[in-house]
Amino acid sequence: MSSQRRVVLQLYRELLFMGREYPMGFLFFRERLRKVFQKNKTVEDYEQISNLIKRGNFVIKELEAMYKLRKYRTLKKNYYEDS
Amino acid sequence: MSRRILVGCKRVIDYAVKIRVKPDKTGVVTEGVKHSMNPFDEIALEEAIRLKEKKIASEIVVVSCGPSQCQETLRTALAMGADRGIHVEVPNPEYEGLQPLAVARILQRLSEREKIDIVILGKQAIDDDCNQTGQILSGMLDWPIGTFVSKVEVEGERINLTREIDGGLEEISVGIPCVITADLRLNEPRYATLPNIMKAKKKKLDVCKPGDLGVDITPRLIVVSVEEPPVREAGVKVEDAQSLFDVLKKEGHFN
Repeated sequence: MSSQRRVVLQLYRELLFMGREYPMGFLFFRERLRKVFQKNKTVEDYEQISNLIKRGNFVIKELEAMYKLRKYRTLKKNYYEDS
Repeated sequence: MSRRILVGCKRVIDYAVKIRVKPDKTGVVTEGVKHSMNPFDEIALEEAIRLKEKKIASEIVVVSCGPSQCQETLRTALAMGADRGIHVEVPNPEYEGLQPLAVARILQRLSEREKIDIVILGKQAIDDDCNQTGQILSGMLDWPIGTFVSKVEVEGERINLTREIDGGLEEISVGIPCVITADLRLNEPRYATLPNIMKAKKKKLDVCKPGDLGVDITPRLIVVSVEEPPVREAGVKVEDAQSLFDVLKKEGHFN
């Protein structure tokens, strides 16, 4: 159990870090993040927690992809006329 | 291969920030504004990291010139995969007058001192949009240069580069040592994750001054005035096709 607790806390920290760049603002992101973590705080089943951790890591990847695309699009719009 | 790559990482106002011009028209507001690494430099760094992963290079040195906050930019670069950083300290207000000529001179001295084989830079920075540093540096070092590069292939002692030019692509081959400036389509830079940023804190980061390198950074150009782009004018509503035609004719769109 305690090892999972550490993983979950680390996940929360990493998600907070990813939220700094969120287009609708960090505060908006943090509030949502807290809500989803709180929603699942009563989950105790090992398997279920593992699945939630997996989902959290998936969200990190999704955010990364979104930021990359957003940056690429902004640059393309600003610097390349044919877009 | 023990080739060393130097990558320039400029700290610029973040691409997503709405730029505001200072009321006295001497520049743009930078205080309290989010900064990040110049996106074209990120692309340059990503390419260097890929060359290292392919064992074509052995070490990546990242450089940033500017105030102390540049060290954050260098940390990001180290987190992405660079090996060590050099911060050339240029405090404000000198930094505001730092121009491509001086930066190129700094990079030249560092390339010589660190025994660099390949310099990779972003084609331009998104703040001043100069697009000069790589070109000037290539001249100073007397090394070949590939600008606006969208593909890099190393073949023995030569590098085949694909350049984005007006209306098409150009393929060139340059010898090593050389300078490369990265275009947008070269690659997709990786994201500096939190665990990697933590690990990067252990990497080496040297600090020096332009004077230590024997570089005079006195500006050669004077910024006369910085102004906002013209505001888009309001449109007009027209009643029917005839009045639309009349308006367009008045504006000179028909003969």
